[in-house]
Amino acid sequence: MLKFLINRDTWQEIYDSLSKNKFRTIITMIGVWWGILLLIGLLGSARGMENSFNRMFGDFATNSVFVWAQSTSKPFKGFQEGRRIQLKLHDAKIIEKEVNGIEFVVPRNRSNALVVRKFQSGNYGIYGDYPLLDKVQKKKMQYGRFINQNDIDDNRKIAVISEDIYKQLFEKDEDAIGQYIQLNNSNFKVVGVFEVGRMSGGPQGEIHIPFTTFQKVYNTGNNMGWMMITGKSEYSIKQIEKDAKLILKNLHKVHPNDKRAFGSFNLGKMFAKMTGFLTGMQFLTWFVGIATLIAGVFAIGNILLITVKERTKEIGIRRALGATPYEIKRQIVMEAITLTLIAGLLGIISGGLILMAIDAAFGQGADATLVNASVSIPVVFLALTILVILGTLIGLIPAHKATSIKPIDALREE
Amino acid sequence: MLEIKQLHKSYPIGKDKLHVLKGIDLSVQSGELVAIMGSSGSGKSTLLNIIGMLDELDEGTYTLDNVPIVNLNEKKAAQYRNKFLGFIFQSFNLINYKNAVENVALPLYYQGFKRKERMEKAMFHLKKVGLENWAHHLPNELSGGQKQRVAIARALAAEPKLLLADEPTGALDTKTSYEIMDFIQELNDEGKTILIVTHEEDIANMCKRIVRLKDGVIMEDKFVEQVRASQYV
Repeated sequence: MLKFLINRDTWQEIYDSLSKNKFRTIITMIGVWWGILLLIGLLGSARGMENSFNRMFGDFATNSVFVWAQSTSKPFKGFQEGRRIQLKLHDAKIIEKEVNGIEFVVPRNRSNALVVRKFQSGNYGIYGDYPLLDKVQKKKMQYGRFINQNDIDDNRKIAVISEDIYKQLFEKDEDAIGQYIQLNNSNFKVVGVFEVGRMSGGPQGEIHIPFTTFQKVYNTGNNMGWMMITGKSEYSIKQIEKDAKLILKNLHKVHPNDKRAFGSFNLGKMFAKMTGFLTGMQFLTWFVGIATLIAGVFAIGNILLITVKERTKEIGIRRALGATPYEIKRQIVMEAITLTLIAGLLGIISGGLILMAIDAAFGQGADATLVNASVSIPVVFLALTILVILGTLIGLIPAHKATSIKPIDALREE
Repeated sequence: MLEIKQLHKSYPIGKDKLHVLKGIDLSVQSGELVAIMGSSGSGKSTLLNIIGMLDELDEGTYTLDNVPIVNLNEKKAAQYRNKFLGFIFQSFNLINYKNAVENVALPLYYQGFKRKERMEKAMFHLKKVGLENWAHHLPNELSGGQKQRVAIARALAAEPKLLLADEPTGALDTKTSYEIMDFIQELNDEGKTILIVTHEEDIANMCKRIVRLKDGVIMEDKFVEQVRASQYV
């Protein structure tokens, strides 16, 4: 068989029979070409979408949940309903200690303030943060650094500002690091500028100052606004959310079934939904792509079948000249495989070109909808292998048909 | 060379059977030029197909070159055809997308010859039929007589023991027919054993022996004085 495959005559025969019947060959190949083109295009687009989602969530630890306090909806232990709950710093410590599978608990505070620099001013969100925030919600620093432990220990008056605030308060290309901005009438030194991801921030911009400084400036004492809880990847973030809330209810004397006392936003759940959506889309893509491929391969089989009918006489002549049924079958199957393979390769190439076009059209810039739309090489090989196998199987049908006719009947055919 | 004894063959037609050959006895020696004659439906083509292993016999025995031809599967039949037999058809049966020399080389391909050797042999046989200048023309660029000569070259290419011609001049005009017959006679002079099915008396008279079939039996089997075709060419 190997000798047969590397034999020039084999390919000469196949080339002859395919090239001397160009129209038939081209029509046949279009089906498979289209199928693999669709598969590559769809898979690449799905990948691009996935990449763009990943980029959107990239700044966040995806198995995390935000928890904040609201007011109670049920009377409990002598307290009336409607009581406002205030989270305390030590709540975070207790949760970190008591709940299974916790990676970080990051307390945060937030306020608004008028920020002034020279003649520019703006109202921005001021966040009191620990260095740990960087672990949970990755800050991509453009210049300088994020808050560190020394800032916390010394209650330093430093600020880390977002890119958009930098653009509003500073001149273009001005070095912001080491400059001062006025915040609640006290001066804060800018130590870092960070890029804004798509999910964080918002139009009003963010300024991060050390948590301890925040306590002093706003006189918040041991209060905290909310906390971000991250779970270890092997633990369910839903369970962590439940456990944390239960502990909080216990600490703050809230009815265990009170649903309103503590609010939360589970990023993990959101992310899982999104991932589910993506998985669904990928499945759909494969399904549609492979179905199209199969349709294409059937088109090949169909046309080969017609071809065999057309070529009955030729096959009869070949057999009269001493071709064994095996040789005839081999030739037809090889023709089918060659057709599918060439059409498949062309489909892969043109699919790749289309992905390049997609990348040029939608894949550039920060707001890109399809980031790096691509197909991995193993997937391409898998598709090609499937093609060749299907091509062989489908080639067997006309091949069998071709040899099931007696040579004498084949020769009589006009 | 060829030995047929009590050959019977019938074809099913609906529920009935059409008994085409009813006990044929035929023996052909090496170097003979035999015409098998008969009107249509006499069974002459069926006999040729059985001799050519394109069809199977129902009863009787068939021996070719001391090899009993029995229980042939398709593979064996193909190999025997390739080894023993060369076919010449009424409608030439050239492969229309292959040029003359490729057509001639085709049986050699199935014999497993290498490409170079194959082309050399094919050219040799093409030269023999006087068509070396047409080697790279497609069949539809050739005249009827030229096509039949390509077909003869193809039949010769495999160097068969027996040439079978089914109405070889049926699609040709008289002049071309005689040219072809002249060529066939030359081949026979060189010692080739040739069987020709025909219904034309003049063609049959150019053979050395005439076997007449009627309704599936041999009516007459006689040796004749060969008329040379060359005198008409």
